Amino acid sequence: MHRYLVSRVLLVFPTLLGAAALVFILMRLIPGDICLVRLGSGGTSFSAAALAACHAEIGIDRPWWLQFLDFIWGLARFDFGTSMWSGKPVIQEIASRFPVSLEVAVMATLIAIAIAIPLGTISALKQNTWIDLAVRTFSIAGIATPSFWLGIMSILLVLDLTQAISGHPWMPSIDYVPLWKDPIRNLSIVMLPAITVGYRYAAVSMRMTRSAMLEVLREDYIRTARAKGLLEKIVINRHALKNALLPVVTVIGIEFAFLIGGLVVTEQVFNLNGIGRLMVLSVQNQDYTLTQALVMLVVTIAIVSNMLVDLFYAWLDPRIRLA
Amino acid sequence: MRRRRRALTYCCRPCLALGTLAPLLLSQPLAADEMPKRGGTLTYLIPADAPPSFDAHKESTFATVHGFAPFYSQLIRINPDNPASTTDIVCDLCTGMAQTDGGTTWTFTLRQGVKFHDGTPLTAADVAASFNMIAFPPQGVLSPRVASFLMVDKIEATDPQTVVFRLKFPTAAFLPATASPFNWIYEKAILDKDPHWYEKNVMGSGPFKFVGYETGQSVKGERNPDYYDPKLPYLDGFVAIYADKEATRVAAIRSDRAALELRGMPPSGRDELTGALGDQIAVQEGDWDVGSAVTVNHEKKPFDDVRVRRALSLAVDRWGGAPPLSKIAIVQTVGGLVFPGSPLAATKAELEQMAGYWPDIEKSRAEARRLLKEAGAENLSFELLNRNVDQPYKYVGTWLIDQWSKIGLRVTQKMVPTALWFDSMRNGDFSVVVEAPGYGIVNPVIDIQKFLPAALAGENYARYEDKHAVELYEALLHETDPAKQRAAMRAFDIYMLDIQAHAMFVLWWHRIVPYRSYLKGFKIAPTHFINMDLARLWLDK
Repeated sequence: MHRYLVSRVLLVFPTLLGAAALVFILMRLIPGDICLVRLGSGGTSFSAAALAACHAEIGIDRPWWLQFLDFIWGLARFDFGTSMWSGKPVIQEIASRFPVSLEVAVMATLIAIAIAIPLGTISALKQNTWIDLAVRTFSIAGIATPSFWLGIMSILLVLDLTQAISGHPWMPSIDYVPLWKDPIRNLSIVMLPAITVGYRYAAVSMRMTRSAMLEVLREDYIRTARAKGLLEKIVINRHALKNALLPVVTVIGIEFAFLIGGLVVTEQVFNLNGIGRLMVLSVQNQDYTLTQALVMLVVTIAIVSNMLVDLFYAWLDPRIRLA
Repeated sequence: MRRRRRALTYCCRPCLALGTLAPLLLSQPLAADEMPKRGGTLTYLIPADAPPSFDAHKESTFATVHGFAPFYSQLIRINPDNPASTTDIVCDLCTGMAQTDGGTTWTFTLRQGVKFHDGTPLTAADVAASFNMIAFPPQGVLSPRVASFLMVDKIEATDPQTVVFRLKFPTAAFLPATASPFNWIYEKAILDKDPHWYEKNVMGSGPFKFVGYETGQSVKGERNPDYYDPKLPYLDGFVAIYADKEATRVAAIRSDRAALELRGMPPSGRDELTGALGDQIAVQEGDWDVGSAVTVNHEKKPFDDVRVRRALSLAVDRWGGAPPLSKIAIVQTVGGLVFPGSPLAATKAELEQMAGYWPDIEKSRAEARRLLKEAGAENLSFELLNRNVDQPYKYVGTWLIDQWSKIGLRVTQKMVPTALWFDSMRNGDFSVVVEAPGYGIVNPVIDIQKFLPAALAGENYARYEDKHAVELYEALLHETDPAKQRAAMRAFDIYMLDIQAHAMFVLWWHRIVPYRSYLKGFKIAPTHFINMDLARLWLDK
């Protein structure tokens, strides 16, 4: 187990280095110029000297290999530099947005788990009944519905309902406050996007739980457990569900990593100032330093999340732990 | 040398001001007898993502101006009580302005007792330092509006209350350039210590004091009790929230999470809000100092041929297209190179004399077909480069393709993200592109610099050289007599849009600002940059 863990940790470094090189090259292959966006965004005229001054200020007039060495050296020291767009330290830019995305991702995950595992299990146990059909319809709708549409519709629904009931349309605040500052206001802001994202997330996990459960329920050891006269509750919870959760945990892990940087549309619709929105903005603005740092963050989260999933596997399945 | 001293009061030009007010449609006129109430916090939306910095001297985006203008004062500005005017320029920090030496020396006398928010007295040295930073930035300091001050030779503080601008030549472009909403007055001592300080910090003398900035999310300000005008501001404070998604902004105004957004909404946003809230929403509309322009790359064949360029312009039915387009997009007014509300703009009768503006579109298109045939470009097909932004780029681009199809052109549209759009224009990697030149303040003589030959204007993506265009511009720049200046502008307009068709304007933008009707004191301006200090806004709740 220790050897397994060490090998997984050692693999992290070449993965990170590969990702760093890839994002560095890709960003510079995209045509565009951050200074043109910055100077020209108001539509006003600017001189060639102003453009050159901008290039010099953010350092993109230097040779690319020098920029790459700077980037790698910075990574080695956990120094991600300053954003080319705002001039602020990248760490500061990310730190102010990360809690928003993390909070939505955690809440969406909790909602997804709370919906997916019970419903997926019931659906498998009641295979081909109306309950199974209803759960499958619910999950297919979740997968098929685009998040941005669901987000906009949920806001409009809240607005229309409150206007119909009280005469005054209401929606949650669009000015985010951290959980520790004002928990009620924070939850009112985050709940709707978490439900919107959590629904799709639950739909995917629900289908995975159902199919995994169906497979496990046909295994010999389940039949044996039942033949031994174990209570159905014990058979399902201790023998079937625990084994069926292996692929479900994988899906949950992958989805969680995706949520940290992938809530682009949801963050825009609900005006949440999170990592996904920052990522799109930094790519649009051709902010190399910020994009590089964000990609590295997402890669790191994906790696850590995968490692945690692997560790969870070992806890769920003794065969993996003892191998 | 004979010194001539003539005090100019730009605020006393009612004929021009009234002329620019005419196109404004105020769906809820402001009652003259309404007494402003003090107090309350205004929440408004900024339809953008976070600005690169807080420093208006260095930025071009309204995201900086909308969030931070309330913290600053200017030397002079467009009259906040008459912002619809393009020429009504009044003092902010000054008490008087005078020109001498045949218009080459401008002297501004400052108010007594104005203080920065940290208590430091504001003097002429601060004003001079701020303008020097804009007009003559030191090495390593960015200033995109250096070209606006091409007429300025020297800026100096002759005593603590007097600032003098010495010009290389007299020009009518000086005053509006100085009144630009980007010209915030900074503290000299801070600039001397670090010219980049204002990028991440705030220290002004405006009606509001800086409270805080949540990165990329909101700006907060509170009433400045030491503001030079003790009656202002009316509000206790404000919260400006960055919200780039239109659906979110409409929902936020509908639910009263915000009272308004200060830039402008498309007709659909206005209709949704007025439909849902009735008289709880007021709307102000007016011409917007941003034009939808089409730039043709002269270096690409056959667009080097003036006949082809003229044909492209002749095919477009501006007069017929404006009414239906204005129902779905933020465009409305037919115009030439100059903002339609300016006294220098062409009248409808003058426009109708130019190719592309003829009232008879069939005659116009017949001429376009003839020109194409003569140029051997009858079956021309090309790609229209466009910015991947809904309003109004996609609408204008799609409409143009339809217009050109009427003379047999086959045009496809390529929508690209902003960075790539700029990059393609800069590198000449396009044939025809939709642009939207916009300005902070209406200053036609400076605004048209963008259309000058490439050698003079690095931002002219049409990539052409033309000595005669430069001569026409020089005459215009140095002319101070209003009538002669207007004639010079007409000559430039005709040469650029008709004779050589170096540039092509279609429709000017139309600004629509719906807002909660409890908000009072808001007056729409032709640009979304001016009158943003919030000092005169109040809440009738």
